Amino acid sequence: MKVLVPVKRVIDYNVKVRVKSDKTGVDLANVKMSMNPFDEISVEEAVRMKEAGTVSEIVVVSIGPQQAQETIRTALAMGADRGILVKTDEMVEPLGVAKILAKIVAEETPDLVILGKQAIDDDSNQTGQMLGAILDWPQGTFASEVKVDGGQFHVTREVDGGLQTVALDGPAIVTVDLRLNEPRYASLPNIMKAKKKPVDTKAPEDYGVDIAPRLSVLEVSEPAVREAGEKVEDVATLVSKLKTAGAI
Amino acid sequence: MAVLIIADHDNAALSDATAKTVTAAQAFGGEIDVLVAGECAADVAAEAAKLTGVRKVLHADGVVYKKQLAEAMEALIVPLMDGYDALFAPATTMGKNVTPRIAAKLDVMQISDIIEIKDSATFVRPIYAGNAIMTVSSSDAKKVVTVRGTAFAAAGSDGSAAIETVSASDAPLKSSFVSEEVVKSDRPELTAAKSVVSGGRALGSEDEFQRLIVPLADKLGAAVGASRAAVDAGYAPNDYQVGQTGKIVAPELYVAVGISGAIQHLAGMKDSKIIVAINKDDEAPIFQVADYGLVADLFSAVPELTEAL
Repeated sequence: MKVLVPVKRVIDYNVKVRVKSDKTGVDLANVKMSMNPFDEISVEEAVRMKEAGTVSEIVVVSIGPQQAQETIRTALAMGADRGILVKTDEMVEPLGVAKILAKIVAEETPDLVILGKQAIDDDSNQTGQMLGAILDWPQGTFASEVKVDGGQFHVTREVDGGLQTVALDGPAIVTVDLRLNEPRYASLPNIMKAKKKPVDTKAPEDYGVDIAPRLSVLEVSEPAVREAGEKVEDVATLVSKLKTAGAI
Repeated sequence: MAVLIIADHDNAALSDATAKTVTAAQAFGGEIDVLVAGECAADVAAEAAKLTGVRKVLHADGVVYKKQLAEAMEALIVPLMDGYDALFAPATTMGKNVTPRIAAKLDVMQISDIIEIKDSATFVRPIYAGNAIMTVSSSDAKKVVTVRGTAFAAAGSDGSAAIETVSASDAPLKSSFVSEEVVKSDRPELTAAKSVVSGGRALGSEDEFQRLIVPLADKLGAAVGASRAAVDAGYAPNDYQVGQTGKIVAPELYVAVGISGAIQHLAGMKDSKIIVAINKDDEAPIFQVADYGLVADLFSAVPELTEAL
């Protein structure tokens, strides 16, 4: 079985983001960038499937600037086999990403596309579902468990009321949630080996899809700041303050 | 102009998030129709018909809609969209799962998790776990939007819309429902509760979570939440998680017990009206957003608080 894993390069999740003073966006200059944490989980899951013998090849795709190749190398160091960088300095929206990925799927014919449920920069939570619609593939989103059963996937999903399991006839899309697995750290020998793994560089034009943005950003601003209140001495004071505030 | 709303429900009752989405659609403007797709969900359709400002309810009944799986919903909704200028859905796991498929089929870039509507093309939404707020304008002919429930009040229930039956699609599906684990509880639903008590990693075990958090929540008539760390450690089930990738809550009272306050957690609760934090670490970031902070050992403070209420 062949697996395609799309990954996104985003601001590292530990970095406190700063809005630019001209309100055009978030300051990305000299900020630590990393693989989207949800995508790390999807890479890890694909590698575990390979280690279990159900997967023969893992192809990693990233759409982004030249530096997104580092993100691909991280995935290769974790155990993926080869990479495709679709190089662009433009911001590609989830719809455009899904269209490019659909073309790559047509070329690569994977049995499974597994990706993060959302990227922690734009928090859109759309790409996997959009790809599913374009390909007319079934989807299992927000996965906390994925089982391969012949040509079927059994995906346990984290939903509002608890957990839901769906069966998907492959090929299928899976988007992953936080509790699917804990991604490994790549070892130094594997990081060295990853440098020799092949990465193709492409351009969005190679796929002939329209990725012009549909949304124009009018403004990016700081959220309203919540002021810290007061520290209370003890439980009795807390209860009396809450009573005065009408909260209890 | 006309808006179609996808109702979120469990075949027995309409979710509060749906009524909030109706309010958002009113801000967008135009006629509002609500689609109730379910199995034996006539009661839900009747409930939706009472929502203030709804023109009509479209009711699709079929076993394929029982769990509102994405492919079945896509096949039903895409043809209906010929008659609408916008599709709205609550940003629940149902809405998040279903709407991007419809957006892609309509060749529309979806706008997720909106918190404000400026005009019929301009929407405001949080990005970076709420650390930045983005205003975007859409050039798409139709708009596809998911709505963050905490940003809108629920629509009233003095309406009397007509209920129209729409036929179920018979498109073949490649996905099917297998099973679910749903915890039935008498507690208020987390995103709709007036009070929420959340526990964090400092509780140390599932037993302590049950022993300390649950009685306090019972006393307050509150829903129970948890930090990601507590869920990852197995102290609480996944659907309790409050935060960037879990549930977004904004109750009247939010009590954070043993939660340090990572930005991902704050993203899910910082719009609460009153925040109480109990933590023994005086420097915990949760105190920067708390109205009332109690620096104390939770193992003694929480039972004392429960007792005092």
